[in-house]
Amino acid sequence: MSTAAAAIPYTVDARPDTGLNNVKLGIWLFLASEVMLFGSLFAGYILLRTGNPAWGAGSELLSIPLATLNTVVLITSSVTMVMSWVAAMERNLKKLRLFMGSTVALGAVFMVVKGFEYAAKFEHHHPPSYSTFMACYFTFTGLHALHVLAGMGVNFYFGFPGAKMMQTDPQQFANRVETAGLFWHFVDLVWIFLFPVLYLLNFGPPAGH
Amino acid sequence: MEHIDATDHLDAHSPEALRKHVRTYMLVFGSLMVLTLVTVGLKYLHLPTVPAILVALAIALVKGSLVACYFMHLISERKLILILMLATVFFFFGVLLGPTLTELNEINPIH
Repeated sequence: MSTAAAAIPYTVDARPDTGLNNVKLGIWLFLASEVMLFGSLFAGYILLRTGNPAWGAGSELLSIPLATLNTVVLITSSVTMVMSWVAAMERNLKKLRLFMGSTVALGAVFMVVKGFEYAAKFEHHHPPSYSTFMACYFTFTGLHALHVLAGMGVNFYFGFPGAKMMQTDPQQFANRVETAGLFWHFVDLVWIFLFPVLYLLNFGPPAGH
Repeated sequence: MEHIDATDHLDAHSPEALRKHVRTYMLVFGSLMVLTLVTVGLKYLHLPTVPAILVALAIALVKGSLVACYFMHLISERKLILILMLATVFFFFGVLLGPTLTELNEINPIH
């Protein structure tokens, strides 16, 4: 363990009792809490939908091409994220910045596309108050977008100002990139479920007033 | 419990091992793209409600598993993490289905 890391134990070395470093265990515990957060939202959604015989065709109010584009963008960003971890393991700063920069840029593309989608909803008079479905849509995608924004901030830090650590403590830095990656992949994973649930599986009679 | 240290971690990620990882990531990437296209394509088949939901969620489950297993390295993760995730999945389904099943007699079915 390095001198700098000695103040906070087991940031690189595994604890003998868990077989894991604390960073790895900490991020998985955090992700477990995130699963429960999104799980409670999905539970509310199922309850609202099954309890409403006039649920309507919410998907027809949304843009499937834009959502498909965003799915492709987010999956691609997961690949660039995992390649950032490979670059950190190889201690290749140039490659790390290329892939981390791409991940942040793809996150920004996702947010811009989402911004266009939101603007179109308001332009066509489909705000959250339009129907229960639209309220669910904005809640789900808004919370997800906040996660994308947070991930972009963390990834930007590790890709650029925080990348100096690669010179001083490369293994701890690689662990940090892996941890940021776990969060980013989780955000991708949530979208993989949101995409069919919101955009593809809401057919039936028209929703709203 | 066996002792794992940073040196073991580095050995497990030798240049050759990392190249193998990259090949796997590209394969997973291709699979995720194909499955995304299949999901969207299914929408236009106009399946009845229940089969449509089951097929779309099954594909999402496969895609999610690929991301978790390979991008998040869950497939080669320590037992403690796997136990933690299994417990999370158990409680997730409890939260997901509990309220609806409790209220099943009170609500109308999906139309």
